[in-house]
Amino acid sequence: MDQLFVNLKAWAVGLFPQPVQLWVSMAISAGAIVGVFSGMFAFATWMERKGLGRFQNRLGPNRVGPWGLFQPVADGLKMLIKEDIVPRAADRGAHFLAPLLVVTPTVLAYAVLPMGRGMSAVDMEAGLLFFLAVGGLKEFGFLLAGWSSRNKYALLGALRALAQMISYEAPLVLAVVPVVMVAGTLSLAQIVELQGFGESGALAHWMAFTPWGAVGFVLFMIAATAESNRSPFDMPEGESEIIAGPMVEYSGFKYALFYLGEYMGLFAVSGLGATLFLGGWQAPVRFLAWFPSWGWFFLKLLFCLGLFIWLRATLPRLRVDQLMGLAWKFLLPMTLINLVGAGLWRWTEGAPAWYWEAARWAIGLGLPILGWRALSAAVFRPRRRRRVYRFAE
Amino acid sequence: MSRQTEGQQFASALGMGNASPEGPRGDSPVLPPPAGPLYEAKPKPGSARAAEGETLEVAVGPHHPSTHGVFRMDVVLDGERIISLKPRFGYLHRNHEKLCEGGTYLMAIPYTDRLDYFCSLTNNWAYVLAVEKLAGVEAPERAEYLRVITAELTRLLNHSCLVGFLLQDMGAMGTPLMYAFREREKLVDLFEELTGARMMCNYMRFGGCRTDASAGWLERTRRVVDDFPRFLDEFEDLLTSNEILLARTQGVGKLSAELAINAGVTGPMLRASGVAYDIRKAAPYGIYERFAFRVPVGEHGDVYDRYMIRMLEMRESVRILKQALKEIPEGPVLNPKARRRNFRPPVGEAYGRLEAPKGELGFYLISDGSPRPYRFRIRAPSFINLTILEDMCLGHTLQDAVIILGSVDIVMGEVDR
Repeated sequence: MDQLFVNLKAWAVGLFPQPVQLWVSMAISAGAIVGVFSGMFAFATWMERKGLGRFQNRLGPNRVGPWGLFQPVADGLKMLIKEDIVPRAADRGAHFLAPLLVVTPTVLAYAVLPMGRGMSAVDMEAGLLFFLAVGGLKEFGFLLAGWSSRNKYALLGALRALAQMISYEAPLVLAVVPVVMVAGTLSLAQIVELQGFGESGALAHWMAFTPWGAVGFVLFMIAATAESNRSPFDMPEGESEIIAGPMVEYSGFKYALFYLGEYMGLFAVSGLGATLFLGGWQAPVRFLAWFPSWGWFFLKLLFCLGLFIWLRATLPRLRVDQLMGLAWKFLLPMTLINLVGAGLWRWTEGAPAWYWEAARWAIGLGLPILGWRALSAAVFRPRRRRRVYRFAE
Repeated sequence: MSRQTEGQQFASALGMGNASPEGPRGDSPVLPPPAGPLYEAKPKPGSARAAEGETLEVAVGPHHPSTHGVFRMDVVLDGERIISLKPRFGYLHRNHEKLCEGGTYLMAIPYTDRLDYFCSLTNNWAYVLAVEKLAGVEAPERAEYLRVITAELTRLLNHSCLVGFLLQDMGAMGTPLMYAFREREKLVDLFEELTGARMMCNYMRFGGCRTDASAGWLERTRRVVDDFPRFLDEFEDLLTSNEILLARTQGVGKLSAELAINAGVTGPMLRASGVAYDIRKAAPYGIYERFAFRVPVGEHGDVYDRYMIRMLEMRESVRILKQALKEIPEGPVLNPKARRRNFRPPVGEAYGRLEAPKGELGFYLISDGSPRPYRFRIRAPSFINLTILEDMCLGHTLQDAVIILGSVDIVMGEVDR
């Protein structure tokens, strides 16, 4: 069961003559990634709408199919048959290219994600680097969309998107550096291998089970939320201020492509978070290891997705300058502090006695907490607080 | 006046005398021709950077998700900062005042529903108050209680929805709005049962109220009112100490008490700026003197204070409602002596005003003894509160302007009338 898809692929590739086997293998992997994650995009829109509905005391979609499960199909059909409008003043070429530029890099990023035991399309030595580099290409798409539309809202949104994504790239990268430092490799498959059970032990060695890993995971998720333009950091879209930002002049399937890009990016970054901190396809405890590895991976991905949906249902949006302040004044120093914490953790490895172990944990947890307290006192002063009101009789 | 050529117009404008001997003399006043185009020229932003073309003029509206109706703000942006903002309204103008002058006094009541369509009952009351003042009609005791109850329920409805909309403008994905609408649903169900309509209640009449409330209705109202503080607690748990909400609202859109008074701002906005002025206390109407309640007052006058004042006001409204529901007497709800058809108030004028959820709502009526008002004038609180939008928004970002507008609490039906 665990190796079901790996074996299936090996069998299919074996049907072809030797010279084309490499190409066939690549085509199968690429097709599987695009197919599975597009299907998941449909499912995720359903899940998000249903989840948001429940958070908001509503039922969510429930008209099309059982529990509204075919709602994404209906949405997709509607998007397909909608008129594709290009404003007369728009730069047609760039306008056409922009949604493609948003979607393509996000799909590329999946190439290096290990989605199960031995289930990465390309096991690259510098997989993490590839993932982050390709993720950075998305910004071009947004800038192009905003610029080519000849719309003021679109331009504002594109500039917001650009500033935000570039700013959040720094904390995002720095939040994953401790993992690389401790694991000693940039290959995602090897990083997952390291988070297994080892020789013995019931509990897996997930990075999130260490103090710096837990803090790193939180920082990573915050930066990832901003990086994928999700609420509360969805200023580029900002539907109550700049309507839909760069997407305002898009309709029909091009508009849907932006959303495909957004959700694909979301899955990719959730998958990366799961891979780096939550042990990728590894089970958390040994007695659950019978569950197929790809099942674990997708469960963890859905867990991260659920976190995003929860955040979206709860929080209002930040302001642009506050968003930038958060990135540069808070997240960046915090990731650096976490880097130090991870270094200390690695340096004191193999502590001889229990009190050494306890001290290790105390330092590992105390350092980020102290940093957090100091930074909030320094950055967010005067501290905003609830006020006391007087009453006139 | 004879037709003049452009050159002649120009000459007369410069005071160069009449270019044509047959032209108008000093006895007939000649209006100076307009110096520029006949429409208002767009303001030229005065900063030096504007000259280099580094500003962006954006028309926010009339079709925009957070302008609360068809309302337009002509915004000049320097980056994200607002350097000029002109509110433009009138898209929803329906000739309200003139319509009401064309009909009888009774026929105006349904029109008042459509002013601020969230608060039809307070609109009814304000109009009826003016007519009662004009004709010297009294309402029976039970009707006065019912008016207080429906007006305070309207306040609960308006404030909770407003907070929901404010959070929606802040980008909160509708969760607070949906919570607020859940409560609104209970309140409009009560209105439906009492008046037959959920939003356009058309409930009050000069000399009382149209229908009586059953004992069951009062019981259900009691239950809704008793449950309301629970909702408020839930709402405040979600919002009041939310770090993002604090960051977005505190210190944003400050309105000084002086400017608020000078601009004629009323209602929660004025009280948030630190002026303890509530018509229910300052010039009590109906039977408000009988109830014990307090008026919350802010001090900073920013968006957060406006939000909090509304939250606190809702709790005070619950207090009033509890007292009113306990004390409501039996009796008729319509004064049998008051005429409604063929109603001709004596010659005179009257101004009736009350504390509507949005501020001072006043109706000014002049009667010439006929069945129709000679003059019908509405003092709409959202309209007057909106006029100082630019003063509050300057220097803030476009994102802030949206929530400042949201905190003003406007309904375009009332602004444009």
